[in-house]
Amino acid sequence: MAKSDAERVLHDLFVRGLDGDAAAYRAFLQKLSTHLRAFLARRLFGWPDEVEDLVQECLLAMHNQRHTYQSDQPLTAWVHAIARYKMIDLLRSKAGREALHDPLDDDLAVFAESATEASDARRDIAGLLDSLPDRHRLPIVHVKLEGLSVAETAKLTGMSESAVKVGIHRGLKALALKIRESM
Amino acid sequence: MKTDDLVAMLATGVAPVPRRAASLRLSVALLVGVPLSFAWMLYEYGMRRDLVQAMFWPMFWVRLALPVCVAVTGFVIVQRLARPGVRVHKVWLGLAVPLLVIWVIALVILLSSPAEERPTLIMGQTWRTCAMNIATISLPVFVAALIALKGLAPTRPALAGAAAGAMAGGAGAAVYALHCVELAAPFIAIWYVAGILLPTLLGALIGPRILRW
Repeated sequence: MAKSDAERVLHDLFVRGLDGDAAAYRAFLQKLSTHLRAFLARRLFGWPDEVEDLVQECLLAMHNQRHTYQSDQPLTAWVHAIARYKMIDLLRSKAGREALHDPLDDDLAVFAESATEASDARRDIAGLLDSLPDRHRLPIVHVKLEGLSVAETAKLTGMSESAVKVGIHRGLKALALKIRESM
Repeated sequence: MKTDDLVAMLATGVAPVPRRAASLRLSVALLVGVPLSFAWMLYEYGMRRDLVQAMFWPMFWVRLALPVCVAVTGFVIVQRLARPGVRVHKVWLGLAVPLLVIWVIALVILLSSPAEERPTLIMGQTWRTCAMNIATISLPVFVAALIALKGLAPTRPALAGAAAGAMAGGAGAAVYALHCVELAAPFIAIWYVAGILLPTLLGALIGPRILRW
């Protein structure tokens, strides 16, 4: 797929996702993960084991920060900036500043390739999810994993609907934080 | 958890996301912060008594326009830095140009005044307190802006913190101008600028620590 095609397709899916279209959003995240995997694998050649973890971390970060995207901006630039930010974080914690030289300030080639083969992530997000407090964990488990509605989850857990929504939102941010700390 | 499972999890039960979150949240920060700054100025320092009269002096408006320019530019820069992959471009000029203008005016006034008047033009009567007062008054906007930024995604946290500081410092200086009795351009060129720089530096220092995500 040519670069500009990828931008167009992903942009379209993402914008529909931002409007609440779950199917389009899921397709977006799936395609995005293949691009991220190839992009990061090429730059993390020293640490092939880290690639899938970082793909997951980027996906979660992009989900948590999706409100910072404005549709007049090239999606490539937004995705690239977040992937780069997360990669620098990882490299900092891994190897200090020496590793920061070459691969980072590249062009915006994040959609140029794709890699569909996912190796297993080493870090288990499900395990980290279990370590969240109930007010975060239960809304995520019921709404995001079991697919219940917010209202059903509220009834099941005795939380208010707004507490469920806030719990999902804060819980996913807390999860991203746990991932950073586990790095 | 496999990546496909994570994707499924993230995509399940998504609600529509509000647009233009960066501008919106930073506007809210200003709407909350500036009235607090204003109230603090009224309570702690008081409005200058001859405010209506002062409004007829051009220098009063210059002194107000400089920090307002800085605050507005700071806002535009922060809301760009708060969004990944958005470049700031030439908006920096909005900070540089007002600074240059006030420095040129100050220099012209200093050079055209007799030597014995120059210290008064620079120090005024309140040079000891001016910068600190501005920094103090800007604090509510500063805190509100950093809270807003924490909910956004700055990939250059030091710059984002500095821009938030400049926005807060500009707003604080504009509010302080309603109290301050100094009207000499050299005084403003030094002490107002110092007052704006304090929160800017503070933002640059603490940005990398508190704005990581």
